[in-house]
Amino acid sequence: MEHQNIILVSCGLFEKSLTGKVALDVSRELHYPVVLKECSLDISHFYNPGRRQYDANKLLEMITQQAPANALRVIGMVRVDLYLPILTYIFGQAKLNGYTGLASLYRLRNELYGLGPDQELLTHRFSKVIIHELGHTFGLIHCSNPVCVMRSSTYVEDLDQKNKQFCIRCRAELNRIESLHN
Amino acid sequence: MPSRISILIVDDEESVRDSLYNWFIDDGYRVECAENAKKALSLLHEKEFDIVLADIKMPGMDGMEMHRRIKALPRVPIVIIMTAFASVDTAVLALKEGAFDYVTKPFDPDDLSHLIRNAATQVALKTENENLKERVTSLVNVEDIVGESEPLKRLLKEVEKVAPTDSSVIITGESGTGKELVARAIHSNSPRKYFPLISVHCGALTESLLESELFGHEKGAFTGAAFNRKGRFEMADGGTIFLDEIGTISPKMQVELLRVLESKKFIRVGGIKEISSDFRVICATNRDLKEMVSIGTFREDLYYRLNVVNIKIPPLRDRPDDIPLLVDHFIRKYCTSMSREMISIDPAAMKHMESFEYPGNVRELENMIERGIVVGNGKVIRLKDLPMGKEVMSNSIESLNDLEMKHIAKILDKYNWNISRTAKALNVDRATLYNKIKKYKLKQE
Repeated sequence: MEHQNIILVSCGLFEKSLTGKVALDVSRELHYPVVLKECSLDISHFYNPGRRQYDANKLLEMITQQAPANALRVIGMVRVDLYLPILTYIFGQAKLNGYTGLASLYRLRNELYGLGPDQELLTHRFSKVIIHELGHTFGLIHCSNPVCVMRSSTYVEDLDQKNKQFCIRCRAELNRIESLHN
Repeated sequence: MPSRISILIVDDEESVRDSLYNWFIDDGYRVECAENAKKALSLLHEKEFDIVLADIKMPGMDGMEMHRRIKALPRVPIVIIMTAFASVDTAVLALKEGAFDYVTKPFDPDDLSHLIRNAATQVALKTENENLKERVTSLVNVEDIVGESEPLKRLLKEVEKVAPTDSSVIITGESGTGKELVARAIHSNSPRKYFPLISVHCGALTESLLESELFGHEKGAFTGAAFNRKGRFEMADGGTIFLDEIGTISPKMQVELLRVLESKKFIRVGGIKEISSDFRVICATNRDLKEMVSIGTFREDLYYRLNVVNIKIPPLRDRPDDIPLLVDHFIRKYCTSMSREMISIDPAAMKHMESFEYPGNVRELENMIERGIVVGNGKVIRLKDLPMGKEVMSNSIESLNDLEMKHIAKILDKYNWNISRTAKALNVDRATLYNKIKKYKLKQE
């Protein structure tokens, strides 16, 4: 029944305790089994030395090409800093109603902002980014509810303001979309 | 969501068009793209757009020339110019020509969001003015505030009245009455709705942490601070800041807060530049701030600065008519979030819910329903699925004394006020038990 699984693919070294907790959060919120996989693809081709960042569009394209066709959704997890040609950075990327998404841990670490490490907060933030991107792949757009996981977040403090959960309206919309597909 | 608002992206680079298209589609805007000015003008003749985001340098007709032609259209959209260089001259020229704003590529995602929200507010204000006569005021984003009782209707009327203003608001009410929901309702129905509502739970933070949370810090302020960290005041620019449990902040922070509220300016930790932020303040507390002012634990000047409008949320026991609606609402909410079939509540359980006093208010009722769904049989919530009467762990218990009093009363009831058996069960001597009964003024019902 792999087509009912959400696959989280780690590109780079991730602590098992972190990915395990994130997988649990995603499974709890999306109500699908989550499978963790690792990939050893060389992502250095997507590095832009001028910006010292990685091109999210190209990385997402690669994940889409490599994704198993029988999974429900596939999210690539990276530790590197992502950009879009037009934007200075992004936390994650997914196409609306698409099949794959991408989430970066890079800018979620407290240490980057001069604060002490906080593994629990980091896990929460990463879960939120992944659930948010998955929401887009299921057809959800940004939500105006300040605590809904589909609220747009442009910096980490923004992420901390929202919950890991969908609000009532987004949850109902997600159920409606899923019932159309089942 | 701003789904009515339409954006036309004009840029010769495909990757720019695609990135912006995806960004705005995710935000719920209606978006179209054009690869050159000619195509954009043709689209603008065919249909109406609210915002045009145009690159300044394009082959053929450039962004400035296109802007001049746009101004001749019967309905002129808001034009934002994108430029690859931070050229002040070009930017000034664009603004002189009437462009709404300009932005330098690549954009900071936050700057882009801010810019578009500003433009969206402008569009919304224009539309509201145009439709003022036909406009029927109705609150949005209040689906979590459930009820039809008179006290609740009065509360929503107050929200409706205060929302469009810029006045500071203090929301008071017992724990669990939904103060944050009311703050959200005020923000969502205000002209600031396109900008964020930023919450700060003052009670959960120490004085130094609160300072850093509110003001943020500069890149390099500490070892390892590779990026600037925005404070909550800065995050709330254009929007609303919600300060929960305002009664818990220290005297030092009260001074700082008053200063920022008066000037709307502050300096990040480790910074030298003064930062301005345009925010509205909504506070909440379950304490009596006036009483705190009279005993000198809360500054009077801060109190009057914050207390322009005071909204008091009634406790649930004052609106018992809303209990069945709330029960129904939370059953729907939890069944939906747990992806379960909708279940019902049996009459005995409902009777219990209706007669309960809810010292923890709506939050307590919500917890009871969630528990009932989780431990129940999946079809109906029965009386045995609910925590009973005094056994309900109330959110209103704040002190050890409260907890002790409730526990002693419970055990006394259990042993029908037999002092010896109660003392034995509590593992205290009879004299201690008598003293406690006297202390808490407990009486047999």
